[in-house]
Amino acid sequence: MSSTRVLEISVGIFVAAGIAALLVLAVNVSNVTAFHSGDQYIVKASFDNISGLKVRSAVTIAGVTVGRVKAITVDPVSFEAVVDMAIDSKYNEIPVDSSAGIYTAGLLGEKYVGIEPGGAPDFLEQNSEIHLTQSSIVLEKLISQFLFSQSDSDKKDK
Amino acid sequence: MFDWFAKVGKNAIDFFARFGREVLLFIQAVIGFATLIPRPGLVVQQLFSVGVRSMLIIIVSGFFVGMVLGLQGYNTLVDFGAEESLGVVVALSLVRELGPVVTALLYAGRAGSALTAEIGLMKATEQLSGLEMMAVNPVSRILSPRLLAGIISMPLLAAMFSAVGVFGGYLVGVDMLGVDSGAYWSQMQAKVDFNDDIVNGVIKSFAFGIVTTWIAVYEGYSCIPTSEGVSRATTRTVVYSALVVLGLDFLLTALMLD
Repeated sequence: MSSTRVLEISVGIFVAAGIAALLVLAVNVSNVTAFHSGDQYIVKASFDNISGLKVRSAVTIAGVTVGRVKAITVDPVSFEAVVDMAIDSKYNEIPVDSSAGIYTAGLLGEKYVGIEPGGAPDFLEQNSEIHLTQSSIVLEKLISQFLFSQSDSDKKDK
Repeated sequence: MFDWFAKVGKNAIDFFARFGREVLLFIQAVIGFATLIPRPGLVVQQLFSVGVRSMLIIIVSGFFVGMVLGLQGYNTLVDFGAEESLGVVVALSLVRELGPVVTALLYAGRAGSALTAEIGLMKATEQLSGLEMMAVNPVSRILSPRLLAGIISMPLLAAMFSAVGVFGGYLVGVDMLGVDSGAYWSQMQAKVDFNDDIVNGVIKSFAFGIVTTWIAVYEGYSCIPTSEGVSRATTRTVVYSALVVLGLDFLLTALMLD
């Protein structure tokens, strides 16, 4: 083998190794294939409060991720948060009377949208809206309610 | 009093004159890329000396940096019972920051200094003037292939650094310290975003590849053609590259986190 051939082969190995490393990062580290490929459809839902939900948060049914939050805006009239969810078109048989709630994974974990399927014969389509929603639980409000109710009951006891 | 102003003014003029020369040389070298199309062999040769020869040091350091991140991250996270997130800590710090920055610093020390010394010595032994005598443009013949090879190699080297580092962190975290293997990968995959994290890391390493090779090539090309001049130029390459990489890293991070 001539020395230029050795040189060319080693450069080839170098470039291939670099691209392989990029692929490892893309597939193994960031799991790029999960929800970038494939068709999706957009479903909207309005919430009174979404505190902590972010774009790209997971949308789940029975704990299985079926989509991602695509955009979060405020309705200028009702001042409700409108959450656009991109749902994988594999899951195109979600009943229209399903309800959506914002939950927390664990006590301090990430917020996600959980969809509870209903029983209607029609299915959600592109740009349809989920009407039954349950807002995110704001921990501070719960704690203050608890504290105030405690102090009220203390007063009554006296 | 006036001497002081004169000094400041002279320094400012020198700085901008130098910067202007650097930009002009860079533009000339980029224009020279066109002359490389019929002769890709020149770039392959430089890819070998710039990229392939830096591969070993990059891979070994990536491995050790990943292992250190695994150890340090574990010791901090275990206090909060969050050692399952070790994969996220290791992967994000490597992909976003350490991969591009440490690779660029090592690259400046390993390949940048060699480029400066090589070009400086060519100048000192009048090979560059010789090329010019033969009506060969030394910028497009000598500098362009080196610049292009550097720009190609840096993102590849940084990707290798990060990938090997993630496995180093896995070795320490999972095999030595007993973090759950499934949690290491699944948490990492859930939290690391392709567009926000990995592509940003690649853009960073690309930018670092441009500036470090640019500095190395400029310092070599403009050095004083004596043995002392070459040695000074080599030192300047490493120092300036390190400073510019760290400064640029802050700028790019600030822009990208927007």
